[in-house]
Amino acid sequence: MRIKLQNSNIGSEFVKYIERISGETAMRCYQCGNCTGGCPVSYKMDHGPSQIIRLMQIGQDEEIQKANSMWVCVGCMQCYSRCPQSVSAASIFESLRAQALRSDGDHTEIAELPKEFLKNAPQQAIVCGFRKFVS
Amino acid sequence: MSDLTKIPYYPGCTLNTVAKHFEESAAVSAKTLGFELVELEQWNCCGASFPMSANNTMGLSAPTKVLVEANKAGDTVTTLCSVCYNVLKRTNKVVKDDGEKRRVINDFIEEDYDGGLNVVHYLEILRDTVGFDKVKESVTRSLKGLKIGAYYGCMLLRPFEDMGIDDHEGPTIIEDLLKALGAEPVDFPNKIECCGAHLGAGGKEGEEVVSRLSACVMRSAVGSGAELIVTSCPLCQYNLEESQAEVVKNVAGYSAVPIVYFTQLLGLALGQADEMLSLDKNKWDVRELLKDKEV
Repeated sequence: MRIKLQNSNIGSEFVKYIERISGETAMRCYQCGNCTGGCPVSYKMDHGPSQIIRLMQIGQDEEIQKANSMWVCVGCMQCYSRCPQSVSAASIFESLRAQALRSDGDHTEIAELPKEFLKNAPQQAIVCGFRKFVS
Repeated sequence: MSDLTKIPYYPGCTLNTVAKHFEESAAVSAKTLGFELVELEQWNCCGASFPMSANNTMGLSAPTKVLVEANKAGDTVTTLCSVCYNVLKRTNKVVKDDGEKRRVINDFIEEDYDGGLNVVHYLEILRDTVGFDKVKESVTRSLKGLKIGAYYGCMLLRPFEDMGIDDHEGPTIIEDLLKALGAEPVDFPNKIECCGAHLGAGGKEGEEVVSRLSACVMRSAVGSGAELIVTSCPLCQYNLEESQAEVVKNVAGYSAVPIVYFTQLLGLALGQADEMLSLDKNKWDVRELLKDKEV
């Protein structure tokens, strides 16, 4: 991945927006990587939690938005629980999802979910899943 | 029976339906231990996830409505589902500590709630109100010889400063209960790792994550010597249940283990009949193992 670093990218409107709705400050993160190390789904992410935060720090809006990371985050709070700076990557991911759902619409087609899942899964999975994936 | 301490109880969306056996086994065990779960007269879904974005006040209104109803019933409310517990306890803390949000939520739902309620998990009642010593004294059918992996998952424990039920890295509350029941808890590395939660609702990619994470949990437990896994959350229970067949197929040397709610074992140890605990509702049946171990 080639990144062009320039001062003008830092503190972009997009990053400010995500910081405002999440209540988190990307610059608090000093990149220890505990969050990505503890994240059970980082193996599946284009960029792990600490990498997404780093991309926020250097204003790489597009790279953040096209990464699958926000959709893979399961909200287990392990990142936050192990962060020495009390940064909640999970909150950042939720805010990224909120932004994406608001601008691009649903991430999941309810009609395409397996009938078996809709029939047997605990309601909480369906409620929680729809809150995360549907605008 | 009239001497039973009544504790207001919030079932949430899943305990009245697919996790009925979790609820029933908890209710029947409670009575043996001197308390009664009294379902709130009115309740709605808690939202099944605590809104993590700091500015999402709207997401707090549904759980606050539940808290308002619970507040009418007493000064404490209990839950069985880890997710309900997480959402209600964290929402309650926000309402209590954040004056601005309290005002906005109350204006929106037209109530006047101050966050004074005490939200406790059923496990906390067993530990802090009944006491594990008393639980131990009430055991009539010891689970001696059963090696059990206690799976906590995420929502019961994290974030620590909000939940505070036990140590968030090395909890022992379920193991302590199992010891009181005569069983032999087995510690395993993945006991606080996520099962994949709701990602099954996220299409193919999500399903793959759920089966991988659930498989990690079961392999970790069984690899550490567990002959049986207990859960405290209907979603953990479902994800493990649904994923185990694949683990059996893909992992050489892995044999399936029963997966049950901790309350079902509690009921067993307190002398309840199998039918009262709906042991037949578990996908991976525990009855064969009980027979083998002469429990």
